[in-house]
Amino acid sequence: MNPFTSPSRLRDLIRAARACKTAAEERAVVRKECAAIRSSINENDQFFRHRNLAKLMFIHMLGYPTHFGQMECLKLIAAVGFPEKRIGYLGLMLLLDERQEVLMLVTNSLKQDLNHLNHYIVGLALCALGNICSAEMARDLEPEVQRLFLSRDLDIKKKAALCSIRIIRKVPDLAENLMIPAASLLKEKHHGVLISAVQLCITLCKVSDIPLEHLRKSCIKGLVQILKELSNSSYTPEYEIAGVMDPFLQIRILKLMRLLGQGDVECSEYMTDILAQVATRTESHKNAGNAILYECVETIMGIEATSGLRVLAINILGKFLSNRDNNIRYVALNMLMKAVSVDSQAVQRHKTTILECMKDSDISIRKRTLELVFLLVNETNVKPLTRELIGYLEVSDQDFKGDLTAKICSIVKKFSQEKKWYIDQMFKVLCIAGNYVKDDVLHSLIITISNALDIQGYCVRSLYKALQNHPDQGGLVQVAVWCIGEYGELLVNNIKVSEVENTMNVTDSHAVDVIEASLKHHLSDITIQSMCLVALLKLSSRFTSTSERIREIIIHHKGSVVLELQQRAIEFNCIIQRHQNIKSSLLERMPALDESSYIGKRTSSSQVNISAVKLTRPTPVASPSLPNGVAHAPTNPLLDLLDLIPDDNPVPTSSTNDIVQDLLGIGLGNPLTSGTIAPSVGTDILLDLLSIGGTNDQNDVPVLDVSSKQGSEPLTNPSTFEVMDLLDGTTKDRSTDDEHPVYPSIIAFQSGTLKVAFAFTKRPDKPQITQIQVTCTNLSTDEYMDFIFLAAVPKFIQLQLEPASSNILPANSDGAITQTLTLTNSQHGQKPLAMRMRMTYKVNNQDKLEQGQVNNFPPEL
Amino acid sequence: MIRAVIVMNTQGKPRLLKFYDFQPPEKQKELIRSVFAVLSGRPDNVSNFVEADAIFGPGTRLVYKHLATLYFIFVFDNSENELAMLDLIQVFVETMDRCFKNVCELDIVFNFNKMHAIVDEIIFGGQVLETSSEQVMKAVEEISRLEKSSNSISFVPKAVSGRFGR
Repeated sequence: MNPFTSPSRLRDLIRAARACKTAAEERAVVRKECAAIRSSINENDQFFRHRNLAKLMFIHMLGYPTHFGQMECLKLIAAVGFPEKRIGYLGLMLLLDERQEVLMLVTNSLKQDLNHLNHYIVGLALCALGNICSAEMARDLEPEVQRLFLSRDLDIKKKAALCSIRIIRKVPDLAENLMIPAASLLKEKHHGVLISAVQLCITLCKVSDIPLEHLRKSCIKGLVQILKELSNSSYTPEYEIAGVMDPFLQIRILKLMRLLGQGDVECSEYMTDILAQVATRTESHKNAGNAILYECVETIMGIEATSGLRVLAINILGKFLSNRDNNIRYVALNMLMKAVSVDSQAVQRHKTTILECMKDSDISIRKRTLELVFLLVNETNVKPLTRELIGYLEVSDQDFKGDLTAKICSIVKKFSQEKKWYIDQMFKVLCIAGNYVKDDVLHSLIITISNALDIQGYCVRSLYKALQNHPDQGGLVQVAVWCIGEYGELLVNNIKVSEVENTMNVTDSHAVDVIEASLKHHLSDITIQSMCLVALLKLSSRFTSTSERIREIIIHHKGSVVLELQQRAIEFNCIIQRHQNIKSSLLERMPALDESSYIGKRTSSSQVNISAVKLTRPTPVASPSLPNGVAHAPTNPLLDLLDLIPDDNPVPTSSTNDIVQDLLGIGLGNPLTSGTIAPSVGTDILLDLLSIGGTNDQNDVPVLDVSSKQGSEPLTNPSTFEVMDLLDGTTKDRSTDDEHPVYPSIIAFQSGTLKVAFAFTKRPDKPQITQIQVTCTNLSTDEYMDFIFLAAVPKFIQLQLEPASSNILPANSDGAITQTLTLTNSQHGQKPLAMRMRMTYKVNNQDKLEQGQVNNFPPEL
Repeated sequence: MIRAVIVMNTQGKPRLLKFYDFQPPEKQKELIRSVFAVLSGRPDNVSNFVEADAIFGPGTRLVYKHLATLYFIFVFDNSENELAMLDLIQVFVETMDRCFKNVCELDIVFNFNKMHAIVDEIIFGGQVLETSSEQVMKAVEEISRLEKSSNSISFVPKAVSGRFGR
């Protein structure tokens, strides 16, 4: 006996590990023990092998490497005694990875043990095989396992059945061999064997269709019979859990029935009676009974059930919702979410119960309920549901408000039928949870208000009232400040007061008061503060009486530590002091904001996030998926909101951006549109061209990268052509011989300096394709350099631009640039052609840009 | 399919681990840590189900039961019934209770060998094998009896012969 081998028992090791106060101590203990075990292994010590492996398993559980003990497992398995074999197999399951080659060595031992006379040893071998079997082992040992199906010992039988599940998973081809033995196992009486057999059948059905068909034909009767007996509960106390007969077996059978009934009407019909019986007769006071009911509902939803049965199932779920047990409500909500797609009507009936769950104390249930309610909303029930949700918003706790607010906003936006209702609901949400409303939602609300000419007065008055009551709700403050700035005179003069409103006496200075209060409020961030400044500037032209006071407030911010505010304050002060003559026109009310272009902007900003960031300098791009409304990128909403305001000193990036957006306004759904903030016109053009060309693969990105590096100047035509060629290499100059000009030419655009004429050609056999010959003429006295003509079309039209004849346009109409466009209208006959275009060029080295919309296409195109 | 059976105490120390797909030790430690982080953050009045997609991969859920100083956790995929899994934990705990007569954490720590015997009689390669704690008990007792009896036959002589051999 080597004195250095560890004489300590497993128990001592566990004690030592437990006594460790720190992880370092534990590591030291384990290291020492591992060293002892290694040396013992090297000694090839048989006496301690069994104990060493047990220790290794403990060490493994603590999370330390134990690979050096793998061979010991194999040696123990090959030993004769039961305890050695048991520890060996246990170690095999715990310590060895099925991918390891060592495992191949064990196949032979397994084979011997599967044929062992002692059925406990057979059981051990089956268990190990069921846990670690690899594909090769599966092929080698499948006959042995299948033979054991016929064993007289029930324990072996069920283990063999489960073991075959692993075998089939590894080698699906073997499914057909096992199909018939599996089906015959279903005729057994013993419950354990039945559970195993049903599980084997489930696996067989999932793996291949042949056993599925076989089982449909041969076993459905037997399964229904077993379920009937269980449901009628012929009493066997052994398998009863809380008064329910063998719930596990019932659940497995129901699961198998689901697989068999799926897509098979005949089979489904056969099950209807028994499913109804299980659904109605199962005791629902205990968890076990509810587990069966739950499975039964899932099966009814899965098979081709009659509508009556489905309603029964959904009613069970409704009943679950009023159960006191959290778990049951949880699964019911999960299931109802799946059921909404199957039978929304039946789920709607439980609306009230579902809404009750919104008040649950368990947040995971509340979250699920919210998702379910979200699925349930439609045009007819949106009003009451929104009322409920907003009412609930008031009492919900902080960490749930973000989710709830987002969902309410999206419901209200999606299903609102009238603007006033939408605006009212949004105001309510803003008052309660203004800090959780996301920037894009605020933005779209502002757009809606700017378009709702008849209720703007009402909006600004309600916002004014709300702002006084809730000065701490960030989102509310933003919207209110914006509206008061824009529509201040409607607030003061009580214009367009509807009957339901109480008239208010608001004076100019009241309006300035609230804005000043918001500006100074301790919770106001830089976005709100800048918006306040802009609002004040706007008010200064509307309310002459308070002009001086506004100037003082603005001057006060000239020393702001925030650069943005400081700059604004200085600029605004200049406007008020020195530019009285242009001030009023400068600070006119915003034109109604274009809703469609906003949507376009949103889609583009969300889709191009990745590529845009790569292309442009790292400016924060609006991310619509902020974690919640509280944390927002500070600069970004500012840019967004400020470029809505016609201010004489616009941020240069955003102005180019606007142009891009305008063009995009037409081609809403272009998958690849420009980023929200592009560094230069050059990239914009390129991006536009790309989006027009319709090749929006990721492959384009490198091309873009290269060209955007070329510089920030607009690209010259030749390089654009290269890109064009890359995009549609097939379109070469077409001969113009076979043209049949039957449509009148139009002047698509004319300004004091530029004229664009369109001539149309159509092939009679392809009415959806229109070829347009664009002729641009220079009406001014200066030559145009780098002339580029761009066009954008709605999604249903495809556009091909061919290279232009030149990029220099001589002065005084002395020559023209021609370019051919090919439009393919996918909805020819239903929708007319539409196009926006943009011309960029240089006059005396100054960038010029003109754009226009073509509305006068000949109607028959 | 059941993916894993985990027993850990309320300090996050694993007391029994059984993964039905092999996990290397580092990964195993990480899983334990993340499961514990999720469970220890849950109050008592919430449901026993947790979506475990982030920990064990898509579609997995876990059911846990918090008893005395221990968490009993079953991880499984979407082919299993959550409520049934909860019952299975009950069967598992009941069986242990019968085995150890009022089971406590120490029993589990020192008899992890026997614990594995119990788990292997209830769950087999990720599938439910037996749900009657009586049957499980019978099998486990038989295994212990066999181990003891062969100890007395095969071990002692071996040890003795070993000693004499030196």
